[in-house]
Amino acid sequence: MASIAPENEIGSLTLAPTSLTLNSYSQMVDKIPIGGAFINSLIVASSITIGVLVFGSMIGYALSKLVFKGRNLIFYIIIFTMTLPFQITLIPQYIIMVKFGWIDTYWALIVPYLINALSIIMFRQYFKSIPDSLIDAARLDGCNELQIIFRILWPNSMPAIVTIGIITFMASWNEVLWPLIVIRDESLMTMPQLVTLFAVGGRADSQLGVKLASAVMLALPIVIAYLFFQKYFIQSMASTGIKE
Amino acid sequence: MINRKKILPYLLVSPYVIHFILFVAFPVGFSIVLTFHKWNIISPMEFTGLNNYIRLFNDKTFLKSMGNTIIFLLIHIPLQIIFALFLAEILNQNIKLRGVFRGAFFLPVIVSGVVVTILWQQLYGYDTGLLNRLLIMIGLDKVGWLTDPNIAMASIAVMATWKNVGLYIVLFLVGLQTVPTQYYEAADLEGATHTQKFFKITLPMINPTIFMVMILSTIGGFSLFIEPYIMTGGGPLNSTVSAVLYIYKQGFFYYHMGYAATLGLFFAFIILAVIMIQKKFIEKDH
Repeated sequence: MASIAPENEIGSLTLAPTSLTLNSYSQMVDKIPIGGAFINSLIVASSITIGVLVFGSMIGYALSKLVFKGRNLIFYIIIFTMTLPFQITLIPQYIIMVKFGWIDTYWALIVPYLINALSIIMFRQYFKSIPDSLIDAARLDGCNELQIIFRILWPNSMPAIVTIGIITFMASWNEVLWPLIVIRDESLMTMPQLVTLFAVGGRADSQLGVKLASAVMLALPIVIAYLFFQKYFIQSMASTGIKE
Repeated sequence: MINRKKILPYLLVSPYVIHFILFVAFPVGFSIVLTFHKWNIISPMEFTGLNNYIRLFNDKTFLKSMGNTIIFLLIHIPLQIIFALFLAEILNQNIKLRGVFRGAFFLPVIVSGVVVTILWQQLYGYDTGLLNRLLIMIGLDKVGWLTDPNIAMASIAVMATWKNVGLYIVLFLVGLQTVPTQYYEAADLEGATHTQKFFKITLPMINPTIFMVMILSTIGGFSLFIEPYIMTGGGPLNSTVSAVLYIYKQGFFYYHMGYAATLGLFFAFIILAVIMIQKKFIEKDH
């Protein structure tokens, strides 16, 4: 439905002398390892999204449905970390990656992002609205806690999972500062990083068409997902804004 | 069995605790230690006392980056609020194709800043940029959108406004829908004009949303990185060096880890301070 207007927006901006022909795309493939970067981005963004959903729901479950000493302390720590500006941890986190020997590995791109404070809070909030009786019944049927989380709570928390999944995937797909810091090997670069270095590095030179083609490639997966799930994208982003 | 039940919650939250220690607590502590040292990662750390802090206040580029961020925020925040609120007001009037417009405005929000920046480069280019070609067409002089030090930061602020406006339209739409319609009906009976209704009813009622836009924009301003990195590299004459771009340059270009950490710590404090001031300001207004 909304495809016409966004296309027009992009179209009016790219009314540059070079038109986007397939020629630009084949040149781009020759010049930069865009296919490999696409795979890297896909691996990184998918791993992070799965990690955030699994860990977020486990921690959110413990914080909302289990009683244990230190629960409030952990909750307040999570709230506190959400207000902590990332500028303060940027340099030391890089040093940790160096000391771990994780520079130029997927580990550096994935592990620091596997746990996300906002997603824990959102899961905790959502699980609170699920009645305890459902969990008690599952326990009587012999479910262990992990089964309760993934077999009972997950199917009943689809709105939360979709919201957190979309925000996390989108944020990881678009992340560019961290990859620029921890990845120098071109074969491991993510898409936004590769396109950025191509755009500033002079390799695009006067070849505007190739530069724009690489930008289109970077935007395409998210735009396609957006066309199908527009409602969820807008709701998800709005809900994070409201919660902050 | 009882024992297992006691341990279980801790097992479930243990990934968070490990992550917190490794990627939050230790980095924050270590960054404070770093601010008293000179270190390029390779050679041993050298204790330099308050040198990094002294340097900070005498560093022209740092002061410039602060000034640039303030310029960015002074342009970006009002522009963002006015445009988003204006468009939200229009979209709130049950117009045709409302969903289409909302969807279109939201597109730049979800697309990478890299893409938006590359597209806007084509607008702002000096010789072949779309804006300057339009100016020439109507008989005006070319403008150095990204090459004039007095304009470059403003150009980036306008682009950032365009990128985010869709999100804030949605937030304002949510805010507008919370205003009870009785208020408007009562105002109509009193014969209030549209402008009066907007300033006397709408604006006070959506104050919390305005505050949120201010905070999110402030955080955004201090996080500005990829836009100047691609468009200007911080130039001309450092007029677009942002907080994060300067940390990045000191840390990963010159490998001044101690000084970069000092910058990071300082900017983090400023962000929190600015948000607190905004909060006080808004609460007083109420």
